[in-house]
Amino acid sequence: MISGLLAPDTGEVRLDDEVLTDTRRGIAVPPEQRRIGYVFQDARLFPHLTVAGNLRYGAQRARGAVTIGFDEVVALLGLEALLARRPRRLSGGERQRVSLGRALLSQPRLLLLDEPLASLDVARREEVLPYLESLRDRLAIPMVYVSHQFEEVLRLATHLVLLDGGRVPAHGTVSEMSLRPELQSIIGPDLVGAVIEGVVTRFDPALGSAELAVGRGTLQVSLSGVTPGARVRLQLLARDVILATQPVQGLSVRNALASTVIAIDDDERGAVLVRCDVGGSMVLARITHAARQALNLRPGDAVWTLVKAISTRGHTFTVAPAR
Amino acid sequence: MNDPLSAAELDALRLSLEVAARSVAISLPPAVLAAWLLTRARFPGRMLLDAFVHLPLVLPPVAVGYALLLLFGAHGPLGAWLRERFGIALPFTTGGAALATAVMTFPLMVRAIRVSLENVDRGLEEAARTLGAHALDRFVSVTLPLMLPGILAGVVTAFAAGLGEFGAVITFGANIPGVTRTLPLALYTAMQSPAVMRWRCGSRCCRLRLASGDFWPRSCWCGACGATSAASARRPSPDAHPLRIAQQAPTGLRAAGGICRAHSGSHCALRPLRQRQDHPGQHDLRAAGAGYR
Repeated sequence: MISGLLAPDTGEVRLDDEVLTDTRRGIAVPPEQRRIGYVFQDARLFPHLTVAGNLRYGAQRARGAVTIGFDEVVALLGLEALLARRPRRLSGGERQRVSLGRALLSQPRLLLLDEPLASLDVARREEVLPYLESLRDRLAIPMVYVSHQFEEVLRLATHLVLLDGGRVPAHGTVSEMSLRPELQSIIGPDLVGAVIEGVVTRFDPALGSAELAVGRGTLQVSLSGVTPGARVRLQLLARDVILATQPVQGLSVRNALASTVIAIDDDERGAVLVRCDVGGSMVLARITHAARQALNLRPGDAVWTLVKAISTRGHTFTVAPAR
Repeated sequence: MNDPLSAAELDALRLSLEVAARSVAISLPPAVLAAWLLTRARFPGRMLLDAFVHLPLVLPPVAVGYALLLLFGAHGPLGAWLRERFGIALPFTTGGAALATAVMTFPLMVRAIRVSLENVDRGLEEAARTLGAHALDRFVSVTLPLMLPGILAGVVTAFAAGLGEFGAVITFGANIPGVTRTLPLALYTAMQSPAVMRWRCGSRCCRLRLASGDFWPRSCWCGACGATSAASARRPSPDAHPLRIAQQAPTGLRAAGGICRAHSGSHCALRPLRQRQDHPGQHDLRAAGAGYR
């Protein structure tokens, strides 16, 4: 509907200050005039054109100021070796990169990505995700990214809009949304966990450990390939977070953070989600009813939040500095 | 013996190719349009258009030729208009023959193109749309190239069918040497006349000469079929002549004509009309396979 390929029964679509669709006033700007780049789930490359031909297809019909050139797109998406090939001889990941390049070269005001990785296996996703990250960081084109994979959201998104049955139960930053029960019902209990962002203050490549400044505190995490100063986003899976009512000693846990219980929610799956304030950041811990009763946890209690450094591995991503 | 084709034969061949090529040129654009309308457009009367497009496939070719005569004849509604406005007369011209052929092969072309159009992924057109391509641009840059195999198939089918178009051409274009006498018409003419009949088989030329009023080969000069032995015999014994063997050939077509077995498969189809009914070795060639016993 944003692209104009589907018409809503009722509603309004606006981009910047331009009304693209308004059912009440009978406005429906045709898709070809919207300047909205669309990356389809199935790439939809033109089989009768080469990769270069596909890329140029968008460029030749571009309207408005040229913000990104052919060579720049080719370099950004690593397409040099593919230019002379036909789409049917590309892997799924390569196809999506070409599709992305083709959309970019049409000089869009907005890039729509409709589950671009959904039809790819995990290895192929890794062919595309880093490119998407670099696009997000280097280009000033806003992107709307539709995904069912929370990991993709975690890596790419800045602002998250939850959609459930055509309605929007909540929207906000990824960190805010990670605490919302609506998200929990969408992604399932195992992937629930607070998303926090921090800046790398110290990094020891030999040990693969880093220190993050998060809010007012610091967090020891296991990382690789970052440099001090980098901004990272990580998800502390609620099931990996341990709560203690007393200081603990002799444990391998690298982080024991003083915190306050803010709320305790029944997650309706035989466990509770405890929301704790750790130096200004929210952390979720998923514990059983039995554990909660044994500790006699109530909102307002002071607890130690224990986070294993290793548990953040695979859940930590570099993000662009806040703009 | 490698006889070159005679001038009349060359003429017929050239004319056939010309008529078939022109008919393809005439019918291709409307065929693409009709295929597009039948596949993509939703409008009242679509079923009627579908039926109308297929009409030449159902009607006898002679009826189509006759309908064209009524339409494009000097006093027909379209014929009169064409003559007054542009000074064009179509009946009994090469252009007319091409038109008749185009009408006859039109359904074949539409069908082939339609199938290919149905197989074009609409998603690709949507993708072109989001990239800024307007309707005509999309059709030319995406749909048409993807339809190309179907268009090619349609062109080849229509051209091949056009080479052999007979009924509509002879009705609308008559049978004028050098103007509308295409190969099938020339063949028909040759079979109408008990004069010299020649045809080629393989690399050799087998030439059978019919005596006037008599359809027995005087000679066959190909030197291979042995028919020369019959040259002197006015009425050869049926068993002695290779054509005798032909009567035992399996297919109706072969039996209807007669095959020089010596020509290994090449057949000599004759259908003399003016037969001497009292001829003892008379072929009733219209009753295929009936033999002459």
